[in-house]
Amino acid sequence: MFPFAFEWIAEPTRYVFMGALYAVLIALIIILHYCAIRAFLDMICKKKNHNHH
Amino acid sequence: MDSASAPFDSALFPEGVKRCKFKWFLFWVAVLHGPIMVGVIGTLMCWGLALNVTYLNNNYPFGLWIAADLGIIALGGGAFFTGFLRYVVNIEELKNIVNYAVVIGVICYAAAQGILGIDIGQPLRGWFIFWHANVHSMLTEVAFCITCYFMVLCIEYLPLILENRQINKLGFFHGLAHHLHGAMPTIAAVGVFLSFFHQGSLGGVPGVLYGRPFAFREGFLVWPWTFFLAILSAIACGPCFTILVTWFTEKCAGKQLVKKNVIDILAKISGRLLVLYLILKILDTIVWVGLAKGVGAPFSSFYANQPYGYWVLITEIGILGIIPAMLLLSERVRRNEAGLIIACLLNCAGIFMNRWIIVVQTCAQPVMSFDKFVSYHPNWVEYATTLVFVWVGAVVIMLSYRYLPIFPQEKELNPL
Repeated sequence: MFPFAFEWIAEPTRYVFMGALYAVLIALIIILHYCAIRAFLDMICKKKNHNHH
Repeated sequence: MDSASAPFDSALFPEGVKRCKFKWFLFWVAVLHGPIMVGVIGTLMCWGLALNVTYLNNNYPFGLWIAADLGIIALGGGAFFTGFLRYVVNIEELKNIVNYAVVIGVICYAAAQGILGIDIGQPLRGWFIFWHANVHSMLTEVAFCITCYFMVLCIEYLPLILENRQINKLGFFHGLAHHLHGAMPTIAAVGVFLSFFHQGSLGGVPGVLYGRPFAFREGFLVWPWTFFLAILSAIACGPCFTILVTWFTEKCAGKQLVKKNVIDILAKISGRLLVLYLILKILDTIVWVGLAKGVGAPFSSFYANQPYGYWVLITEIGILGIIPAMLLLSERVRRNEAGLIIACLLNCAGIFMNRWIIVVQTCAQPVMSFDKFVSYHPNWVEYATTLVFVWVGAVVIMLSYRYLPIFPQEKELNPL
């Protein structure tokens, strides 16, 4: 549930629970994207180097 | 092996290793499909005819499924704890078994979620727990953490798939696997955070039942003592389960896959943690006896109804606790294959029994003066739908072993 949903009740436990859930999900998404972008850039650089030689 | 006698899928094998012929691989996968189909039929019956096809009832809303869930998750604790020891504590030798611990972890957590998918009766409403979360419930915390940790395990499993000999030839996937390996300490740390909470909360759920003196415990802040005992027991038995599955895989493959010193490290750590767990468990039992007596529930009343007699306590703490702990602490026993495997078996059985007690025996104890003791035995539907994940897990292990480089020492231990 998101804080902007009408069913959201503003209580500390809800912020802790849902906050921790979203923090973990965001951390995992960032890690996956970081790795994918680095791998993509590596692949582009390798191709460029290959073409130069 | 020359190319003529090599299995036709040999191009997919890890570099420099030998695998059985494809027809034998297919034969064993087909054999496992028999019990899998029985489990599928049981699952369809539960979903189609509702849970009255099982022996669950108002006395036992939690039965074999939940006990198995708790047990499987404790045994799967080897994945997070081995990852913690490898990437956070930095024990270098464990790199040779951490891949396999991840595979076992993925299977255990997928099984736990699969069982829950059957147990909730209407899996299409499974998302309710995330949207309409009861934030005052430990089970909500468990659901959140198990789901997130399963994602973590899948991310840890991903580089293994990408390192398949053919997939790894593609530049992007090769790079992705490399960078995921680099990010593994962070991913392992997230996994440790999640595992700490859900392993603990699974033990904490019965501990907060103040209406049931058999299960209730005092604790620290919002966590009953069973919360901490559950974490300790999971990290004490998880590595033993990894050792057991590795040993069984070696027997099936007919060759050594991991060096003895790696197994010994895990067994030694497991033994020490088991001793710590047992000391705290015995202290907890002594305090609990006094606490229960104070509220009018004498110790003998908990063990008055068969099959839950005093033998349960003696078996859990003595035969399946103290004995494996002593065996695992002895270097001579750890070096002896039979001794090590017996110790690991007893340890894992002890933790499974503990989970059965905190789930099923808790439900069994009458709490009102007019309550009668009712016994519970799971029926074939419950057994079949629980065991189906063992057979599916075996197929996943067979596929992973055949096509993925999960044992880095295999090539060195078994030169072609």
